[in-house]
Amino acid sequence: MMDNKMIVEGSLQGVEGGFSFLGRLPYYRGLGLSMIEDIQVSVEGEALPREAIRFAVRGKTYTLDEMETCYDNRWNFGEKATIIALNGGLSAGEHAIGFAVRYRVSYLPFVPTTKDTKNLALAA
Amino acid sequence: MTHSIKRGVSLYSYQNETFQGKMSLEDCIRTSAHLGARGIEIIGEQTFWGWPECGVAQEDIDTWHRLIAKYDCTPVSHDFMVDYKRYKGRDMPFAEQVASVKNDIDFGARLGMKFIRALVSIAPEVLVAAAPYAEEKGIKILIEVHAPLHFDHPWIIRHAEAFEKSGSDALGFLPDMGMFLFTYPPVFVERFLRQGVPPHIAEYIVKAYEDRVLSEYVILNVQQMGGTGPSLAMAELLRHNGAFEPRRMLDHMHRIHNIHGKFYQMTEDYVEPSIPYDEIVRVLKQGGYDGYICSEYEGNRWIEDAEEPDSVEQVRRQQVMLARLLGEAGVPALQTPVAA
Repeated sequence: MMDNKMIVEGSLQGVEGGFSFLGRLPYYRGLGLSMIEDIQVSVEGEALPREAIRFAVRGKTYTLDEMETCYDNRWNFGEKATIIALNGGLSAGEHAIGFAVRYRVSYLPFVPTTKDTKNLALAA
Repeated sequence: MTHSIKRGVSLYSYQNETFQGKMSLEDCIRTSAHLGARGIEIIGEQTFWGWPECGVAQEDIDTWHRLIAKYDCTPVSHDFMVDYKRYKGRDMPFAEQVASVKNDIDFGARLGMKFIRALVSIAPEVLVAAAPYAEEKGIKILIEVHAPLHFDHPWIIRHAEAFEKSGSDALGFLPDMGMFLFTYPPVFVERFLRQGVPPHIAEYIVKAYEDRVLSEYVILNVQQMGGTGPSLAMAELLRHNGAFEPRRMLDHMHRIHNIHGKFYQMTEDYVEPSIPYDEIVRVLKQGGYDGYICSEYEGNRWIEDAEEPDSVEQVRRQQVMLARLLGEAGVPALQTPVAA
């Protein structure tokens, strides 16, 4: 649900060592960070390594491994988290950004992965 | 037949709008109140950012009570989760699960709720262990009976037996009307067609569901018709749904205290094409049910690939239908447009 709203339009930015965009969890509630199993980011269809990804909400930044044992923070319902990809940077112009989240939901008999891909422009 | 069934809304219904920040909590409560649906149900951690890991500030609780009072509404249920898979690779220990339920009992009490909703996968022992605390706080814990589970399923029977044995009246059920899915919903069919299911396969699945054919046979037949990917997904949905009988609620009526008025689509002439609300309301009246039926719109995820859901219009239509079935004189109507 709301998969097509995961990536926030117009949110691509250059950051030191890479780029960032705003991402939402496509779920009808939020989740504690320990239940976010993986976040995959791709550029032009090419996936970046897990170690290159950072997740930031309300001023706190986490690696994906740190999130796995974080029990005192959440990705709230509809909350725009900053997803940072340390890939060395992107060229100015339009890029196909892929964003996939795998999360653990106690009551589901499977582990969902939801994804969105959008063309986002990086200002020169 | 006289009855005292009341109308409400689970704010889950407006998720497509609240997710995007297009409706505030006040918009949700005002819209529901204007439709005469004055019972308000929430999923605590959808409506209140921070719950449970970071807690909720008293200021936010105060705002909730102010809005409930302003629109003359009644808090009905806080739907909680026990995230027993919080730790990777191991389930949350029993005592911690019970403590988690108690934490949600406290939150429900702060919000003025009469009920808190437990997910169906929680073990009865956890709820029984939390029941004395719920009694103390004036809260009832209701386990949601949701398809593919139903009132004759051994897991639900286990809960019913544990509840009776406990002797506590703080334990009960919250049936989700989606378990009475009499026909394959048109919005499901249309999405599967958009995903490329060949029309003759879609037609076969719809007919097989109407004929109540066992899901395993339907899945095999679809495979043999050459169905792949989306066709198999369309057939496999039969495993997660069922046309169970509304009258099976009657045996449990003394423990049923809230109802999820699940719907996938309300047509312009106020019909839910797949869930028999006329029969459901008849059974609830017969059983002397005196709680709320809370709208729970879940069609959004089936249409969002093709159109932007209009949750408010869908809820309005269901409330019109419910008011008719409940014999109310007035027709629920929106008074002011919702702020965009």
